[in-house]
Amino acid sequence: MPTETPTPTLLTKKDFQTDQEVRWCPGCGDYAILSAVQQVFPELGIPREKFVVVSGIGCSSRFPYYMNTFGFHTIHGRAPAVATGLKLARPELEVWIATGDGDSMSIGGNHLIHVLRRNVGVKILMFNNRIYGLTKGQYSPTSELGKKTKSTPAGSVDYPFNPLSLAIGAGATFIARSVDIFQAHLRDTLRRAAQHKGTAYVEIYQNCNIFNDKAFSGLTDKETKDETALYLEHGKPLVFGKNKDRGIRMSGTRMEVIELGGELGPDDCLVWDETQENPALSFLMAQLQPPGFPIPLGVFRDVEVPTYEERVIAQMHTETERLGVGKLEDLLRAGDTWTVGEQPAS
Amino acid sequence: MIAENERHTAVTEKIDEVVIRFAGDSGDGMQLTGTQFTNTSALLGNDLSTLPDFPAEIRAPAGTLPGVSAFQVRIADYDIHTPGDSPDVLVAMNPAALKKEIKDLKPNGIVIVNTDEFNARNFAKANITVNPLEDGSLANYRVFQAALTTMTRRTLEASGLDTKSMDRCKNMFALGMCYWLFSRPLDNTVEWLKKQFARKPNLAEANIAVLKAGWNFCDITELFHDRYEVPAARMEPGLYRNITGNVSLAMGLIAASRRSGLPLFLGAYPITPASDVLHELSRYKNFGVTTFQAEDEIAAVCAAIGASFGGALGVTASSGPGIALKAEAMNLAVMTELPLVVCDIQRGGPSTGLPTKTEQADLLQVMFGRNGESPIPIISASSPKDCFDVALEAVRIATRYMVPVVLLSDGYIANGSEPWKLPQVEELPDLRIEFRADPEGFQPYERDAETLSRPWAVPGTPGLEHRIGGLEKENVTGNVSYDPVNHENMIHLRAEKVARIARELPDVEVFGDPQGGELLVLGWGSTAGAIHGAVSSARRLGLSVSRAHLRYLNPFPRNLGEVLARFDRVLLPEMNLGQLALLLRARFLKDIITLSKVQGKPFTRQEILDKIQSLLEYKHAN
Repeated sequence: MPTETPTPTLLTKKDFQTDQEVRWCPGCGDYAILSAVQQVFPELGIPREKFVVVSGIGCSSRFPYYMNTFGFHTIHGRAPAVATGLKLARPELEVWIATGDGDSMSIGGNHLIHVLRRNVGVKILMFNNRIYGLTKGQYSPTSELGKKTKSTPAGSVDYPFNPLSLAIGAGATFIARSVDIFQAHLRDTLRRAAQHKGTAYVEIYQNCNIFNDKAFSGLTDKETKDETALYLEHGKPLVFGKNKDRGIRMSGTRMEVIELGGELGPDDCLVWDETQENPALSFLMAQLQPPGFPIPLGVFRDVEVPTYEERVIAQMHTETERLGVGKLEDLLRAGDTWTVGEQPAS
Repeated sequence: MIAENERHTAVTEKIDEVVIRFAGDSGDGMQLTGTQFTNTSALLGNDLSTLPDFPAEIRAPAGTLPGVSAFQVRIADYDIHTPGDSPDVLVAMNPAALKKEIKDLKPNGIVIVNTDEFNARNFAKANITVNPLEDGSLANYRVFQAALTTMTRRTLEASGLDTKSMDRCKNMFALGMCYWLFSRPLDNTVEWLKKQFARKPNLAEANIAVLKAGWNFCDITELFHDRYEVPAARMEPGLYRNITGNVSLAMGLIAASRRSGLPLFLGAYPITPASDVLHELSRYKNFGVTTFQAEDEIAAVCAAIGASFGGALGVTASSGPGIALKAEAMNLAVMTELPLVVCDIQRGGPSTGLPTKTEQADLLQVMFGRNGESPIPIISASSPKDCFDVALEAVRIATRYMVPVVLLSDGYIANGSEPWKLPQVEELPDLRIEFRADPEGFQPYERDAETLSRPWAVPGTPGLEHRIGGLEKENVTGNVSYDPVNHENMIHLRAEKVARIARELPDVEVFGDPQGGELLVLGWGSTAGAIHGAVSSARRLGLSVSRAHLRYLNPFPRNLGEVLARFDRVLLPEMNLGQLALLLRARFLKDIITLSKVQGKPFTRQEILDKIQSLLEYKHAN
């Protein structure tokens, strides 16, 4: 392995920019995500050479080319598999995956659920624009029912995935949601993901201004955004609205929106707990959406369990302690052997 | 044991070889029985070769023809290369096994049958209408009938075991009989049983008692008039062990890891007949081996590529259907020029095909089964022990040239075994490689002048930050490039890099008449043993025939074209419809006569000999 001579830790955004011309469409939400990542990476105090950005195929997956770190633009859907092998081989590396809704939930669905269930120590940034952009506008597994696209002129008849519900179902230990243009929130969310030890799964609503413009306008438009976003903060009551006049509370097994200010106050709202081992509440939270509910943003779940690579390494240590460091001579000679001596010529 | 005066006086005859096939129901423990006979014979110094043959179903309906599981072993006092064309001895534990296997037995061969299983119920299961023990159909064989089940139960009367557990010991009765018949000691199996059932000593005792009972049964009854002895073979001095191809392959990969200094990473998904490579390697965590049982074949190879990117020795092992799934990822390794070893333990295809049977029909798949111009070196193993050397060689090529390499084995050598003279570790090839460390002037796709390989620059190395991926790369800089001329240049470079491997390959060697002759029998992979045997026999008959065997299928050894030109005709036995022949014709414009066999079984020596004779006699008749 290479010698440990870390680069200066006082890195800046510029240190993470490459000389490659960025080729996303003008106005694409990916620029905002790139900018946020390039701002957060230097803050983490990790030498640049320790970062590896792995991606699959799609607009989002061009990400590694624009990050001046080690990078691997792999094949469609397979980034989690490549990243798992890399992380097992080199656990000390900081491995981030850039993927999209099609890459990670259609062709790469299998790898996504397995990387989550294993809790491999990688961060997954899932750019959700609810459309196939690179192939010019077909519906994706997160496109809403009835979506009219090039491949669904009469409207999509597929029910969409809810990415966070899917991740919870697969056993994710960290899930969060943010929005491309909510830069401060996005950076906070990335920082939280960076601190998580296992798989961190971050859904980022990303606007594709060419093929699915304004997919998240209810959330991002000035007039409506304060009424639509529900910011999850650990240990705080679930209150939202421009005037903090609405909240979320439990009613039996369901969540409901309550008006605050009259008989009801923040104390009546559910206090958000992202650390619950049981993911039931996180799942309920992931289900909330308009109409009738706000869109939750922030950290839905953050629990700590040993990572996959930790378990693999621990097992390797245990076995080495039990058996001693393997010797090739002994390995070859294991089992039943016999000796053939010098024989007289016949 | 038995007092001397109670013994009957069987005459022990020395024979130079014997082929025994143990056959029974899948649940009868025939693989285990055969393996024990094999290991005991190995320790006696016999040369040997084995051929397991089992159904794809774990437990097909008991007593039926599809449920028959067989294990053939050939032991000899001389150098042998195949498990034998046809058995001299058939142990048939039930009517289905007799019906399925009897046709292979040599005339006048020995059949040992468990008469307890020869009843109307079992005849019905095996679609037998008349009792074969009574209808004269076995007149050409020496049939020995023994009530194995009854005698096993009687032996264990006082054991306290239930009937089902008792009956599970009956394979040991048959093994005991065979040990007596071929003058083998019991102690190796006794020790093995003690170890195997260390936590269930009553089962160890029961099996040992039944093993001895089988031996004693032959010793005191006069069932057999003759005993046989196969003396030790004349083998090169050294330390030996018996090894199957899959275990040998695993050992070779670990050896390569040690000799290269690269930690071994295997990504694999369970698939017959490759799973044993995963099983074996998963045991060696104390050798720094990481085994990753992935969610699918694609993840398995992708994880191996990720590990290679990180500076480990990335390997994946599968069989035909799995290799098909890996094709796109293998091309990623072609494009990113990362080392990777892809082991294809071939089985009968297409589709799911014959999972437990052997075939060599993936050659064209691994040669051409990817999009675009995708040159990948291909190397093949010719026998169980050869898997070890081929694994080292695959790793050498992969790391020296920064390419994915396909290693072809097949079900026959993966599960078959032979004695292996253990190599001296210090004599194994030195596979040390150097990662790029110097950031000065670093370019990700800068090429070594000799091998054309690019530097292996692993993440974590300061100053070497760079991006790779499946998009076409600009030579030297490694930046994404859609430039038409660059693309063409890169296609030529990737092809040239693989072609240059031939510079370091040994010449293909001709055995027989190196200067040329009427017929060359060329082979690749697991046909080596049968070809060796057939050509030796043909030469003893005075025929002008030679043989050569190809380990390297892409690129070919440099002298191959010239070797083919030295012979009037070239015969190529392949367990496919002529895949290597297609490549050779295209490359050398030389006609090749294909001898094809796709029955899920290896060639017999006789099949190849017959073809040689028909070719040469036909020619002489004209």
